[in-house]
Amino acid sequence: MPASYTIKDILRRGGLLPLLAIGAVAGGATAAFAFAGGWLTPGHLHPAQIVNALEGHDGRHEGFRRAHAKGLCVVGHFDGNGQGLALSKASLFRHATTPVIGRFSLAGGVPNAGDGRVTFHSLALKFDLPGGEQWRMALNHVPVFPVATPQAFLDFQLATTPDPATGKPAPAKVQAYMARHPETKAFVDYMAKAPLPDSFANASYNSVNAFRFTNDQGQSRLVRWIFTPEAPFGELDKTTLASLPRDFLFDEVAGRLAQGPLVWHLSIILPNAGDPTDDATKAWPDDRQRVEVGTLTIDRAVTEDEGPCRDVNFDPTILPAGVAPSDDPLLAARSSVYAVGYTRRTGEPAAPSALANDKAFPAPVSGQSAAKEPAQ
Amino acid sequence: MTSTTFSGPARLLHWIMAVLIIAMLFIGVAMVATVGTSHNWLVPLHKSVGATLLVLVLARLAVRAIHRPPPLPAEMPGPQKAIAHLSHLVLYALMIALPLVGWSMLSAGGYPITVFGALHLPPLLSPDRALYATLRHLHTYLAYTLFLTVIAHLSAALMHGLLFKDGVFQSMAAWRTRR
Ligand code: HEM
Ligand code: HEM
Ligand code: HEM
Repeated sequence: MPASYTIKDILRRGGLLPLLAIGAVAGGATAAFAFAGGWLTPGHLHPAQIVNALEGHDGRHEGFRRAHAKGLCVVGHFDGNGQGLALSKASLFRHATTPVIGRFSLAGGVPNAGDGRVTFHSLALKFDLPGGEQWRMALNHVPVFPVATPQAFLDFQLATTPDPATGKPAPAKVQAYMARHPETKAFVDYMAKAPLPDSFANASYNSVNAFRFTNDQGQSRLVRWIFTPEAPFGELDKTTLASLPRDFLFDEVAGRLAQGPLVWHLSIILPNAGDPTDDATKAWPDDRQRVEVGTLTIDRAVTEDEGPCRDVNFDPTILPAGVAPSDDPLLAARSSVYAVGYTRRTGEPAAPSALANDKAFPAPVSGQSAAKEPAQ
Repeated sequence: MTSTTFSGPARLLHWIMAVLIIAMLFIGVAMVATVGTSHNWLVPLHKSVGATLLVLVLARLAVRAIHRPPPLPAEMPGPQKAIAHLSHLVLYALMIALPLVGWSMLSAGGYPITVFGALHLPPLLSPDRALYATLRHLHTYLAYTLFLTVIAHLSAALMHGLLFKDGVFQSMAAWRTRR
């Protein structure tokens, strides 16, 4: 039988059924594709919903991070002491110096918010390791987080979003959320009691989530870590926060760095059997074994406008060989949510940071790009 | 002397790549849509398979230059032939562009480009915020275009096999090379 290409011939030869079958294959494949993308599953939590909720909570500030919007770039280095290699083969832990760029920030999505708030003081870091490897971290001064899951994160944002009528979250919504989430209630109580550092320089910075370390022998374990400052701790008076100058924390740390470098000691924290590794709302007791693996030195601060940190996504799942994410559900969610936020903000023109015209940060000398670092 | 089927290497590459590309499209949309822990392994898998596909498409072009594809049936109407050739051109262009855009966008974002766990590809571009966003969106648009083209291609292939019965389906699906 000769080939034929006209609809009439095909139908005459009983081609209707195959034609329908082909349509079903094409339609089925398209439906499967939509299903994979979560479009057909009601209740599917998409990372964009969380970014939308952050924008709804604090406003949409074009060009800025949707969380930790106010920040300052820093440049420094890390000196490994070799001790960490027993835990992880990550090259950061060798007896060697690794260049670091980073970012001090305060939590919240408002880029020019005042610094006097009971909120996270944070440090994000990017370690440039040999051979093109990187290790990125985004760390908070508090060792625990208010929520354990991405769904709870979304619900918490939505419940605490200011009501346009009053400018404040609706108390009924907040209470209903807290009733369902005692872990968030416990966190809020803890934040109210815990001392708030009076400087970025004297805060500890915690991984919060657990990660999996694997050493050269292939032994693997879950750990958390903490950067402990050499600068002695000082506490902010929470009753006078509102009266402090808008940028006092950032100006203060710039002043310290003008005097000399700041140093933190990195310790890896090893859990006891039974310590939760997939729940960032639960602290590990203070007596857990710690292994000091090196020191972080921050040499100087540069505004986001001039510095190397603004256009970096400090995705905490960008890890070197020897370190992997744990099964903490926050960690994977952070990666996909930060990516959505990063794509949004990089697609918008960069706006001047709150510190762009701050006298604590001298403008770069004209004719040379004094502070510009390769953002590599 | 022309054969009625694609050469063995061409058929092998076609089917390996067909499986991998369809997998990549599904992995891609699934990984960017989830907040679940599958994200932890889907993203590295996506980059590794994507880099593999870039190597495979280059090999495939080389194979194609050596073993010319069989001609379409003489009785096939001209416009239909033109559409077939155009769609293959689009498929090749997207098979080359998608991995290159993926690699470039990670470069523009200042990301490490890690494949197979341990291999770090050099950046293709220097970091550039606006360029990252543009390429990231382009990656999505090109991927969706590829998906639609693959669906059309697959439907056309099945029409050749089930309705036209003109040997075109066999030219790619045959186990043995035929003269
Ligand atoms: C599911 C939970 C979380 C969500 C949805 C979330 C969301 C976000 C978003 C959208 C950003 C901005 C990212 C960017 O545009 O580059 C951000 C930044 C940040 N997050 Fe989270 N976060 C979560 C959990 C955590 C946890 C557990 C920590 C604890 C260490 C943390 C610490 C930080 C820090 C320090 C930054 C600032 C990073 C920088 O300077 O670029 N986040 N977060
Ligand atoms: C899974 C279902 C698929 C089927 C049934 C199928 C079938 C076929 C057939 C029968 C041909 C020969 C057409 C001709 O001689 O003109 C062909 C060629 C081709 N296919 Fe597929 N294919 C499939 C998937 C794919 C995918 C996913 C891609 C890549 C995106 C692809 C790319 C191509 C290309 C570029 C050609 C032309 C080869 C050349 O001329 O060098 N195919 N396919
Ligand atoms: C044939 C090759 C490829 C195909 C078909 C493909 C397809 C896709 C698709 C469908 C998405 C989801 C897009 C969206 O819904 O927004 C995606 C995302 C992505 N692709 Fe590819 N891709 C390919 C190659 C690559 C390569 C080689 C790389 C990098 C080396 C890469 C890196 C990425 C990344 C990082 C994302 C997600 C980015 C984010 O979370 O924002 N892709 N890809």
